[in-house]
Amino acid sequence: MDRFIDDLPPMDLMRSEKMMFVQLIIPVESAQRAVSYLGELGLLQFRDLNSDKSPFQRTFVNQVKRCGEMSRKLRFFKEQINKAGLQSSVHPVSGPDLDLEELEIQLAEHEHELIETNSNSEKLRQTYNELLEFKMVLQKAGGFLVSSNGHAVAEETELSENVYSMNDYADTASLLEQDIRAGPSNQSGLRFISGIICKSKVLRFERMLFRATRGNMLFNQAPADEEIMDPVTAEMVEKTIFVVFFSGEQARTKILKICEAFGANCYPVSEDLTKQRQIIREVLSRLSELEATLDAGIRHRNKALTSIGFHLTKWMNMVRREKAVYDTLNMLNFDVTKKCLVGEGWCPIFAKAQIQEVLQRATFDSNSQVGTIFHVMDSMESPPTYFRTNRFTNAFQEIVDAYGVARYQEANPAVYAVITFPFLFAVMFGDWGHGICLLLGALVLIAQERKLSNQMNLGIILSYFDARFFGSSLDIRQESEVILYLGARYQFVPQLIFLNSLFGYLSLLIIIKWCTGSQADLYHILLLLLATVAVPWMLFPKPFILRKLHTERFQGRTYGILGTSEMDLEVEPDSARQHHEDFNFSEIFVHQMIHSIEFVLGAVSNTASYLRLWALSLAHSELSTVFYEKVLLLAWGYDNLVIRLVGLAVFAFATAFILLMMETLSAFLHALRLHWVEFQNKFYHGDGYKFRPFSFALINDEED
Amino acid sequence: MYGFEAMTFNIHGGYLEAIVRGYRAGLLTAADYNNLCQCETLDDIKMHLSATEYGPYLQNEPSPLHTTTIVEKCTLKLVDEYKHMLCQATEPLSTFLEYITYGHMIDNVVLIVTGTLHERDVQELLEKCHPLGMFDSIATLAVAQNMRELYRLVLVDTPLAPYFSECITSEDLDDMNIEIMRNTLYKAYLEDFYKFCQKLGGATAEIMSDLLAFEADRRAVNITINSIGTELTRDDRRKLYSNFGLLYPYGHEELAVCEDIDQVRGVMEKYPPYQSIFSKLSYGESQMLDKAFYEEEVKRLCLAFEQQFHYGVFFAYMRLREQEIRNLMWISECVAQNQKSRVHDSVVFIF
Repeated sequence: MDRFIDDLPPMDLMRSEKMMFVQLIIPVESAQRAVSYLGELGLLQFRDLNSDKSPFQRTFVNQVKRCGEMSRKLRFFKEQINKAGLQSSVHPVSGPDLDLEELEIQLAEHEHELIETNSNSEKLRQTYNELLEFKMVLQKAGGFLVSSNGHAVAEETELSENVYSMNDYADTASLLEQDIRAGPSNQSGLRFISGIICKSKVLRFERMLFRATRGNMLFNQAPADEEIMDPVTAEMVEKTIFVVFFSGEQARTKILKICEAFGANCYPVSEDLTKQRQIIREVLSRLSELEATLDAGIRHRNKALTSIGFHLTKWMNMVRREKAVYDTLNMLNFDVTKKCLVGEGWCPIFAKAQIQEVLQRATFDSNSQVGTIFHVMDSMESPPTYFRTNRFTNAFQEIVDAYGVARYQEANPAVYAVITFPFLFAVMFGDWGHGICLLLGALVLIAQERKLSNQMNLGIILSYFDARFFGSSLDIRQESEVILYLGARYQFVPQLIFLNSLFGYLSLLIIIKWCTGSQADLYHILLLLLATVAVPWMLFPKPFILRKLHTERFQGRTYGILGTSEMDLEVEPDSARQHHEDFNFSEIFVHQMIHSIEFVLGAVSNTASYLRLWALSLAHSELSTVFYEKVLLLAWGYDNLVIRLVGLAVFAFATAFILLMMETLSAFLHALRLHWVEFQNKFYHGDGYKFRPFSFALINDEED
Repeated sequence: MYGFEAMTFNIHGGYLEAIVRGYRAGLLTAADYNNLCQCETLDDIKMHLSATEYGPYLQNEPSPLHTTTIVEKCTLKLVDEYKHMLCQATEPLSTFLEYITYGHMIDNVVLIVTGTLHERDVQELLEKCHPLGMFDSIATLAVAQNMRELYRLVLVDTPLAPYFSECITSEDLDDMNIEIMRNTLYKAYLEDFYKFCQKLGGATAEIMSDLLAFEADRRAVNITINSIGTELTRDDRRKLYSNFGLLYPYGHEELAVCEDIDQVRGVMEKYPPYQSIFSKLSYGESQMLDKAFYEEEVKRLCLAFEQQFHYGVFFAYMRLREQEIRNLMWISECVAQNQKSRVHDSVVFIF
């Protein structure tokens, strides 16, 4: 018998990997390389030895800060590239390998260059915008002035004094900064201010002007023909041109203040038509000049950005890795001599050789005189849980982990879920035709798996195969054999007896009936008796034995016996010890009583819960029949093409969305429930924690 | 309505209450403050904050940092959260949320008006304004020459308009006037907010009236202390106190005639809830009073979270965050000016 068990292939997924707690003593000069090699290997989980220290009190805080600064620059580049509408190349170009210092210098140079070109082009853009606005104001406001000339002949002579002299205009920049001289200094005359403002603010602007001048003003507006780019946000803004007519010096200051408050730009417009035309010509020629300069600037910037874009992905990866390495180094401690870094962590036993090899390579590559010391230690903590899954089993492991990560070396329900999950799904879905549709859909997903990289597909796909092969055979009680409850003679054994004598027997009867076709009556009285005995058996002995052990312990007796029962109480020896110190019998007894009642009642209710297998498959088949008979066949009965087409459409819709999508979802959810609740609560603790090795691959995945 | 909120509250308010409780969980803890107080440079502060919820707001800031940048970015986070809640809120919660910002609005109006009086640049002033108290035509405040114009031009469009009814005078603006205007507006605002909360009824009214009463009493004490030795008459002083709160009305009578800090203390010690605040101070001292009040306020604000199905949590959260930002500003300033010994003077731990 033993030889038979030994000959079986190892079930790797059943128990998590055996872990060991290791200590590394790395000479300072090779530490960085060693940790980065370990990151490539990705099989060692470092423990934070400085958890009491805040981030900026740690050893390598400056390096971490530098990496943070570099990644900020890289994000800035990326943002600039996106803003410019360029694509950063996805495939990293193999350039010369840089070290961190060189990269830092390069990045700083690039950033400096970029900021400079940006500010230059921003200035240019500002001037360009002003000229553009000026042009539009001239064109539109000129129109208002001409039309108002008819009414205000008297003012014409006064206003024309305010004609813009071309001498002033020679330098556009100074012209625009110049104070707007609206109208002559004649106190009684009608004057005007013209300008441009964001379209969204016009209403409020007008209202404010009205209030400030107590209605003594005339407001003319016209929408601008072109949108103007906001130099800061690079968005196109719609603007409106306005001309305000008013009188009096006080009103003028008020209006100018309001213009300023609303961010309206005012531009002087000449009254004289010939002068106006001259200015427009001048502005247009300057505009085209500026446009050329702006374009050249943008081309130059885009070229710089494209060259950055070639390396961006590679640089980002590099900085990310370096930061991860220093973050990890920050978890290490200096030893007393300050020449070595001491690290502790978990690794799977199988990885020992690989890690040692990597550490040797690091020592060799960094020309260190002293090698890294690597040795195994004892730990009080419970080790992390690590399952080596493949793409197929990973999906099921994820389902189990979503409920709770297995305790170290605990029986892993994912092993059974690989078979039972698709099986239960198939039982509930239970339909050949729809199963094939689902299979086809799944095959499409598989074909595009690399693109979608969604591994959950596999879990679903498997279920279609089962939908076809297994049909809807029922086996309700398959999990009772699976219960592996360690170290609890007074819980596991009676539970097993109870469950099997009632429900195992039931299953057996069903199978016998299938085989023989007749009602079999076996030793059910005896089994009932056994079940009755099992209930007090699982209820009473355990708390009493615990109490006995406790009193013995206080008399200074053995620790040895305790070891076995500690397993059921708490995982961590620390907390187990504490538990014993404030031992409370009534609490434990009540706890045990709750457990027993829960188990006995759960056995009944959970069994009933498996009825959903039947209910769902029934609902599915009934629903399919209804849609087929009451929609498709009914519609086909008419000799009218329209009715037939409508019927077909409704049927197709119902099949795709209700029978395929909705039913898949519900069957999946119920399968999930049957695993999490009915199956796993019988044996699974799920209170462990996952093995999270320091690995560059994982870091990259997270960032993406 | 009282007693039945639990049945209907979650229809409209449940989601946002959950959101605000989630936000609250992101407030910095005493451990965070302890770490922050040990920082040597502003970069250290940034590094520590990057591990908190402020991270995304600070991560793209190039070194070297300034205190103003830190405060600005932290405020931005609060503003973003506020805007998110306001977008999701339905009546009457949205009105309630808007009420919370009126205080900032009053402060901004006063800031701009005072600034223009001293001929500061409007743009510069606008940058100093609290973003929660912004309104459309705030920049136009600079146009106004006196109270009447201030009201007629700008404030008539804002929610502050009704509060203005008591301070419309044709007097030219000066520092004293403005300060009186601030306090009159604040008084009207608090009374209005108080009335609004009473109208909402239920747990909201109960909790908010407690919080607002505390606010009103604190303002009364501050007005008294700040007006000692100024030309403000007793009656004028009396008029600035809000007409509710624990001190109303008899305490106000007594406060109005106080002439030094010890008399204020004498008045306040008659009220048991304020006894503890004043017992922390030595006689004749008013420096630490602010901190003592802040500490008491934080304690009361935290208690607002103990009860469910009311709007007080939104008010409490906003106030707690503002306190946190004040703390961060103080810590940053101390670090930036190498005054780390004073770092604990003004930091109020929240949890």
